[in-house]
Amino acid sequence: MDLPEIVRPRDLADAVRLTGEGGKPLVGGTDLFVRLRKGAERPPFLVYVGELPELRGIHETEGGVEIGAAATHVEILSAPATAQLPILRLALATIGSPALRHMGTLGGNVVNASPAGDGLVPLYLLGAQVNVVGPARERSLPVEEFVLGPGRTALQPGELIRSLTIPLPRDGAHPYFRKVGRRQALLIAVASLGALVWVEDGAVREARLALGSVAPTVLRPREVERALVGRPLTVEALAELRDALSSAVRPISDLRASADYRRRVSGNLLLDLSSLASG
Amino acid sequence: MTLSFRVNGRPVTVDVPPGRRLLDLLREDLGLTGTKEGCGEGECGACTVLVDGKPRLACLTAAIQVEGRDVLTIEGLAASGQLHPLQEAFLATAGVQCGFCTPGLILAAHALLAENPSPTADEVREYLSGNLCRCTGYEQVVEAVLRAAERRR
Ligand SMILES: Cc1cc2nc3c(=O)[nH]c(=O)nc-3n(C[C@H](O)[C@H](O)[C@H](O)COP(=O)(O)OP(=O)(O)OC[C@H]3O[C@@H](n4cnc5c(N)ncnc54)[C@H](O)[C@@H]3O)c2cc1C
Ligand code: FES
Ligand code: FES
Repeated sequence: MDLPEIVRPRDLADAVRLTGEGGKPLVGGTDLFVRLRKGAERPPFLVYVGELPELRGIHETEGGVEIGAAATHVEILSAPATAQLPILRLALATIGSPALRHMGTLGGNVVNASPAGDGLVPLYLLGAQVNVVGPARERSLPVEEFVLGPGRTALQPGELIRSLTIPLPRDGAHPYFRKVGRRQALLIAVASLGALVWVEDGAVREARLALGSVAPTVLRPREVERALVGRPLTVEALAELRDALSSAVRPISDLRASADYRRRVSGNLLLDLSSLASG
Repeated sequence: MTLSFRVNGRPVTVDVPPGRRLLDLLREDLGLTGTKEGCGEGECGACTVLVDGKPRLACLTAAIQVEGRDVLTIEGLAASGQLHPLQEAFLATAGVQCGFCTPGLILAAHALLAENPSPTADEVREYLSGNLCRCTGYEQVVEAVLRAAERRR
């Protein structure tokens, strides 16, 4: 099988120009090549942006971490700067297999905009900004506004993600990430839950939740987040919110699971937050 | 498109169509048929090779992505004619049966031992989780990797 023609841009401006001419950005290829093979899309040519220095690198900024769009999952997992973002590391460590984590990138995960995207869950929890370059200007938008639906984003023709800026959460957050699926390796989630929970005197002070695979995009169930405040992290207290969570999600049925099963799994994952109380 | 890189320690320059996959470049153009195509979609690991020492799936890699890099295929492990300790261990434990998954498994294990010379059985299982084998049931594979790790110490 041959792929479309692939060109290597000289620099970021060249990459933007080539993308504007209809070229499809390529980084790790772990999503794109699978889609091309399935005939899901037929771009005229690909623009290999994976080695542009402007899209690489991971560094601390004031109050956060900036991650180049073409940084691989392994690079992010091992960068000293992400030690302050345990929730990001927990989620990325579950992606695919070691080879896929060496190849795949956070930028690719975001543009792929899968409701199951494991990289998206921590970005939603942390309120990440997506920094975009285009022919006319640079712009920056919250990840929740960037992702529009399954496989759909706010990228305009000719635009590329340059980097992601992730603000550090307030001190003391307990991180949680768990995905449920059908095979341990290469596990594309049937449902996943990520959370950051702050506890004070045995009760939840603040909670952020993000669910994967249970709606057209990753979902923050904000009513449930608010309802958690003041409660202890016990199974009994969490069980009272199980129905609220199950009705907040909007799952579909597909090959991997039925909508009803996904709704139930989300509710059950909520109970598992009780494991944070002992940790 | 002219492309230069190193394969199994040798520099090569090849003229390939600009959309060539690494897997086809290795198998068809360079005759290195030890790298296998199972699923062609990233699910089975049969096409695993090492690029600059890191595991990569050749079925989801374009030739242009290895320009200037160092590619190791299974042929490179026994280049001198002497089997690599991992290959010997796979034979000794019956970690090879039909052999289709073996090149990928051995290269993934090679990357693991470079990162972590003394892995536990669980660490081996976790690292090889992207490599499917329909014959062995994996126990012999894990045993082979642990045995090779021990012999290297
Ligand atoms: C077997 C298998 C298992 C997988 N398991 C998981 C898993 O467990 N969890 C998970 O979340 N994902 C999983 N994935 C999906 C995939 O590996 C990830 O989404 C990965 O992060 C994609 O990154 P990439 O660099 O390979 O993207 P690519 O395939 O290179 O690109 C993906 C898309 O993003 C666009 N793009 C990439 N970078 C940019 C940029 N900077 N600007 C604009 N557009 C851009 C491309 O044009 C393309 O449309 C799996 C894939 C496979 C094949
Ligand atoms: S052939 Fe590449 S992963 Fe299956
Ligand atoms: S030995 Fe036959 S697939 Fe592994």
